[in-house]
Amino acid sequence: MRHLLSAGDLSRDEANLILDTAEEMRSLADRPIKKLPALRGRTVVNLFFEDSTRTRISFEAAAKRLSADVINFSAKGSSVSKGESLKDTALTLQAMGADGVVCRHGSSGAPHLLATSGWMTGSVVNAGDGTHEHPTQALLDAFTMRRHLGSLDGRRITIVGDVLHSRVARSNVLLLATLGAEVTVVAPPTLLPVDMSGWPCATSYDLDATLPKSDAVMMLRVQRERMGEAFFPSAREYTRRYGLDVHRMAQLPDEAIVLHPGPMNRGMEISAEVADSTRSVIVEQVTNGVAIRMAVLYLLLSGSNETSEESQA
Amino acid sequence: MTAYLITGASIVGEGVADLLIDNGEIVAIGNDLDRPEDVEIVDGNGKIALPGLVDLHTHLREPGREDAETVLTGTRAAAMGGFTAVFAMANTDPVADTAGVVEQVWRLGREAGYADVYPIGAVTVGRQGTQLAELGAMADSAARVRVFSDDGDCVWDAALMRRALEYVKAFGGVIAQHAQEPRLTQGAQMNEGALSGVLGLTGWPSVAEESIIARDILLNAHVGSKLHICHLSTKGSVEIVRAAKKRGLEVTAEVTPHHLLLTEDLLTSYNPVFKVNPPLRTKADVEAVREGLADGTIDIVATDHAPHPVEDKDCEWSAAAFGMTGLETALSVVQHAMIDTKLMTWADLADRMSYRPAAIGQIGEHGRPLEVGAPANVTLVDPGVERTVVPGESASLSRNTPFDGMKLPGQVVATFLRGTPTVLDGKLTR
Amino acid sequence: MSPASVPVPRTVLDASDISRALTRIAHEILERNRGADPVVLLGIPTRGVGLATRISERIAAVEGQSVPTGSLDVTMYRDDIGLKPARALEHTDIPPGGIDGKVVVLVDDVLFSGRTIRAALDAIGDIGRPKAVQLAVLVDRGHRELPIRADYVGKNLPTSLVERVTVHLTEYDGADAVLIADKTPLASEQPRVRTNDSSDARDGVRF
Repeated sequence: MRHLLSAGDLSRDEANLILDTAEEMRSLADRPIKKLPALRGRTVVNLFFEDSTRTRISFEAAAKRLSADVINFSAKGSSVSKGESLKDTALTLQAMGADGVVCRHGSSGAPHLLATSGWMTGSVVNAGDGTHEHPTQALLDAFTMRRHLGSLDGRRITIVGDVLHSRVARSNVLLLATLGAEVTVVAPPTLLPVDMSGWPCATSYDLDATLPKSDAVMMLRVQRERMGEAFFPSAREYTRRYGLDVHRMAQLPDEAIVLHPGPMNRGMEISAEVADSTRSVIVEQVTNGVAIRMAVLYLLLSGSNETSEESQA
Repeated sequence: MTAYLITGASIVGEGVADLLIDNGEIVAIGNDLDRPEDVEIVDGNGKIALPGLVDLHTHLREPGREDAETVLTGTRAAAMGGFTAVFAMANTDPVADTAGVVEQVWRLGREAGYADVYPIGAVTVGRQGTQLAELGAMADSAARVRVFSDDGDCVWDAALMRRALEYVKAFGGVIAQHAQEPRLTQGAQMNEGALSGVLGLTGWPSVAEESIIARDILLNAHVGSKLHICHLSTKGSVEIVRAAKKRGLEVTAEVTPHHLLLTEDLLTSYNPVFKVNPPLRTKADVEAVREGLADGTIDIVATDHAPHPVEDKDCEWSAAAFGMTGLETALSVVQHAMIDTKLMTWADLADRMSYRPAAIGQIGEHGRPLEVGAPANVTLVDPGVERTVVPGESASLSRNTPFDGMKLPGQVVATFLRGTPTVLDGKLTR
Repeated sequence: MSPASVPVPRTVLDASDISRALTRIAHEILERNRGADPVVLLGIPTRGVGLATRISERIAAVEGQSVPTGSLDVTMYRDDIGLKPARALEHTDIPPGGIDGKVVVLVDDVLFSGRTIRAALDAIGDIGRPKAVQLAVLVDRGHRELPIRADYVGKNLPTSLVERVTVHLTEYDGADAVLIADKTPLASEQPRVRTNDSSDARDGVRF
């Protein structure tokens, strides 16, 4: 494949290849020289139309550790606000010879458009698009879970929160199902898409009933602004019904882990005690993010262009 | 004025006859007609003669967005599509909410001469949905406006909608409603359903359309006026209109060619050419609107021709404009979706695309059956031709056709507006 | 090429030949380094790792002490990395004591152009600073393209460029043998860059 646009585009073999590669990349952290020559002479552009310092520096560290030249292109605002259009930006990147473009955009499908429009020839990595997908987040989550739980085949994974607006949830459901996990998403009905018949997962409105059957539970960030749009009545009620506190965490099986893609609303969807507990792998997720992004960039960009075009997905 | 003899055409898909046009009128229909001297022969063999098509829903963009379309280019596209009359929607800049603007649009149409242009007046001042525009002044103007619409936006205030319906009774006007409950469609990008959840595009529920249609039918029943539903797009809407008509309630409805053919599945490409208001729906909806059009629940086909400049479509989905062009492809799409599928006959098509839209729009000159003495508004179509849609070949200024690259049946060979050909041999005459 | 020309491979080393060669190499390593103390064995995946393990076992049998043994993937250091489809990484496993100040003996199955070993030297440089680096190979087939030579050679095998040398080891291939055959020209083969034969076999993963 040439681009990483959706976690759903990955076959099980491809997903495992990325995870296995990330495992090798992660060992780099223990070496004196945290740099590999794999992408020497390649240019990676971080094209961020939305602020996301966490994701950007994670990709930046990944590309730099692979010896790529990294250009950060922060293009806040879009063509609507009369900034430069996505097309002109893409043409600029093409002229600069970008081999890979890591794209974060507020509009669902924008990375897809970059990859398919013909405006540029580089590989596109979706670093989060609107309320659509965030495939590298799902990969790092799966990687983190795999390190703790072993193979995800048959593992029960629960995703809790604003699934309707969450690109993290979409990518995770697709990827985890590909890896053989049994996924359940839990949310108030207002925060689930109205028709989830195409999703390879179960749904529930009841967190307490789901937790005892979970090998891992992933809490999604819930934005307080959703209250104003009547998705739920109050932060307090949300926390009471869908927040993870120590009492709820006690219902989890002994080996179960707790994930959160960050940034957290402590006290809202997750209590501080849970976030800082031994079950929490939230800090590890950040470390693994760099390894996963190294793996993705390596697999997309290290090969020759001619052959990778043949194998375009 | 040159006389034209269309030879051997199937008249509205039925008997084969010659059709003689002279002095702006149809002067004879039959076989072995006497040929006047200097008559120009148009070979109608294997072709179908239709009454000139009438589009009740066209965006000509002038004044204000002459980069997207002008009255001239839009009516040239209309002629290429077999239309002899188009109703120009009011969402121009300035909005067509005064006698001055509608008269300007009407005059521009006359000057262009490719199709008669009937301006639609805005229901509310500036299409803001707060205060009635001077509907009477527009009705009394040279443009003789009878159809009023805030299209692009819904007249969502129930009290205002009621007053508009009531007020136009004085001059027999009709309110054409863009049925879209605004609160249910905040930020909406595509049909709400399984696919919107997967694509992460904000859903546009069917009920946002259906609830307004139901409300307005009941409002209209209460005040006894004329209500027309623009671009109906859902199965539920068809069912509501069908039930209303069964109960004898007054309502007319239109469907666009694109809602007769295209489904939301095209959106997996995130190509903004498929971004339209109302959104493309599901296969079940397409089947329902086809059935509704065939059984007369839906009265007419209207194009909702919505040209946009390249930059408004050559961008990410959420930044792109809503709308598709349609004048030049409408007849082919309807043939493909309704006639080649045996859901309708050519006579039905003439009814849905000429007689009835003219009746709803109250224009006597158009939408008349092909008979001696009628104004010679005639469209000759070759149903046997298959053509591939190439946006760059469009007579419209804009290129945003969703049918790009599709093979469609049928080709307009000639269009006559009051006896003058605007299209001959499939090409504009000037 | 017609399928009729598929070459029949010929065995040049059998299981006992390989066993004797490895035993000899183990002894030579001990002799040269005056014992096992400073030695770290790093096999180059895939088959170099199996060979390193076997050499390590023989050293342990002789010395009564095992030498740290690991693996070193050189994929990202290859000079043809941008010329071929992206390749899956092999496992790198540096023994806990590291390599600083040690004598690293690289172990590979076939020495050919020398480019793999050059990549391995670069990889080692990113991991630490050994006292010395030595090279052990089961087969040296000649045709070097870089100034690299092996310190320990199981068998020198003069070959022509059209021949293919394949090492089979029980743990990967079910039996021990070194085979030689005329190279079947494959459309997918890269004409410009030659690598050691065994690495050709692991080029398969495309991404």
